[in-house]
Amino acid sequence: MRRSPFSALSTLALLAALAFLLFPVVAVFTYVGPARLLEALGEQSAREALWLSLRTTLLALAVVVLVGTPAAYLLARRQRLPGRAAILTAIELPLVMPPAVAGIALLAAFGPHGILGPLLDSAGVELVFETAGVVVALVFVAAPFYLRQAITAFAALDATQLEAARTLGAGPFRAFATVALPGARDGLASGLALAWGRALGEFGATLLFAGSLQGVTQTAPLAIFAEFGRPGGFTAALALSAVLILVAAALLLGLKLLGIDRAMAPRGPS
Amino acid sequence: MTGDLTVDAEMPLRSFRLQAGLTARPGEPLALAGPSGAGKTTLLRVAAGLLRPERGRVALGEEVWLDTSAGIEVAAERRRCGFVFQDYALFPRLSAWRNVAYGMPGPRRARRAAALALLERFGVADVAGVRPGAISGGQRQRVALARALAAQPRALLLDEPLTALDPSTRRHARAELRALLVELELPAIVVTHSFDEAALLAARLAIVDCGKVVQAGAPAEVSARPASAFVAGFAGAAVLRGMAARAADGLTLVRLEGGGEVRSVDAARGAVAVSVFPWEVSLEAPGSGGGDSVLNRAAGEVSTVTTIGNRARVGIALPQQLVAEVTAASAMRLGLRPGTAVVAAWKASATRLIPLSAREPASPKSP
Repeated sequence: MRRSPFSALSTLALLAALAFLLFPVVAVFTYVGPARLLEALGEQSAREALWLSLRTTLLALAVVVLVGTPAAYLLARRQRLPGRAAILTAIELPLVMPPAVAGIALLAAFGPHGILGPLLDSAGVELVFETAGVVVALVFVAAPFYLRQAITAFAALDATQLEAARTLGAGPFRAFATVALPGARDGLASGLALAWGRALGEFGATLLFAGSLQGVTQTAPLAIFAEFGRPGGFTAALALSAVLILVAAALLLGLKLLGIDRAMAPRGPS
Repeated sequence: MTGDLTVDAEMPLRSFRLQAGLTARPGEPLALAGPSGAGKTTLLRVAAGLLRPERGRVALGEEVWLDTSAGIEVAAERRRCGFVFQDYALFPRLSAWRNVAYGMPGPRRARRAAALALLERFGVADVAGVRPGAISGGQRQRVALARALAAQPRALLLDEPLTALDPSTRRHARAELRALLVELELPAIVVTHSFDEAALLAARLAIVDCGKVVQAGAPAEVSARPASAFVAGFAGAAVLRGMAARAADGLTLVRLEGGGEVRSVDAARGAVAVSVFPWEVSLEAPGSGGGDSVLNRAAGEVSTVTTIGNRARVGIALPQQLVAEVTAASAMRLGLRPGTAVVAAWKASATRLIPLSAREPASPKSP
């Protein structure tokens, strides 16, 4: 079969893209070999960083889901809410904000010398150099990912199903819990996965706002950077990187297996 | 026992103002008919509490659900107003029985048993465990009806409950729905955009156009005495009721309720509605015609004459109301006025029979 030069070029482009995207990933696992990777993971600082990442991201996700779900529902269902367009834009702002800017902004708001600093201080709340500060930074950068997906998912709900629930005697909360939540499940799950992925990779905002204190605020990405800066720490940085790659791949695979990556597709056939 | 359901609503719609009042009495289903976009569904939504009109009042008997002037508004979930949506709006992630059990009170096991009993009654118990996406349109319609009734509604609102069905399913469903509405003794409002369907389903009908109720009354009355050219056009065929049986000549003979008989080429047995378009009916003076190919020839008395431009719509009591449309000139020549004796004639091939019984033998496969 004869192929046109263009189709040959396209194939070449695809191969080049795949090689470029995958080679660094493969390199992480092969540079020093699995044995030394596992050995590096045994170090206390690495385990602490991973454990801290897990705790802080899960806590941040819990906050995002508990507050974000009803908020997204309101925004999606009340199309004539005053200032709706402005609210939607404001929610998306942290998405495009550079992480370092997010860290500075958080310091200006909640830092010791920030606007709410004295108030938080008198209430006995400390965020900087505290694990709580990590959670605040993660919520700030990850929430928009969940909110956007949740708003889209709730807006796509069939409104007559919610009305049907009400004519059957369900109040607003029961209609939300039994009809809206199951109906928006796929979109909410994909938003959750995206937010989790973003939170796991968070670096700049956390570093500026909460610092990089081992065991307290040093999450896995910060630990990678710290190991990288330490003489002979490259292997430990690789080991942590390998774990983060595996977690990210697991998240992606989970989305595909659930078949809910459709919700992320811009405009696929339904 | 519930009282009358009354709905009065006023609000702007797309290009006109909705300004309409309705009353549905228990056991006397009211059909709301009219062209698409006339405001019928809006009135139903106001009744159910899904939409608040600019001004309005909704009451069931003595109980006021909405009174904008008094600041009263009872939430939809507290009205117990059963609603069957046009596309049924079944919950896609719940099986049929869970859909039905959704609005039921009580512990889970009792609800399951009651939901299964209702599905059984509607002939769809075999799909109790199946989700709505995997069952047929006719089955979905029954599940939707069962779901609305399961919540023990005090009024029933149906928004084009038959439109989503294919024609053969619709005939069955229509007959069942008619029997159900009579049996329930609830105030019920059925929205439809077809006059025939309204005439078949309901004891009374209100015709809505551009947000107003342009005429209300018994279906036969409305088709015989249309208040406007719009209603005359919309009302289309006259609808008579009777019992059908096979005649010796291969045609179907229908004995009309109240007297008279009609022949049709359509096959049917049992209770039927006979539908004849007014322009198929010609009128003669008694004793003048006969002997041609026209098989249906019935003597009656003119009950109404409505002149619309150069046409005259003539209601004839057979004693059931038949409607003929003749030119205004013919009406003059025959001297038609209420009380005049005439003979109405129309062909057996212009006579449609619509089975009213759910257990009609004409349809081979049962749903």
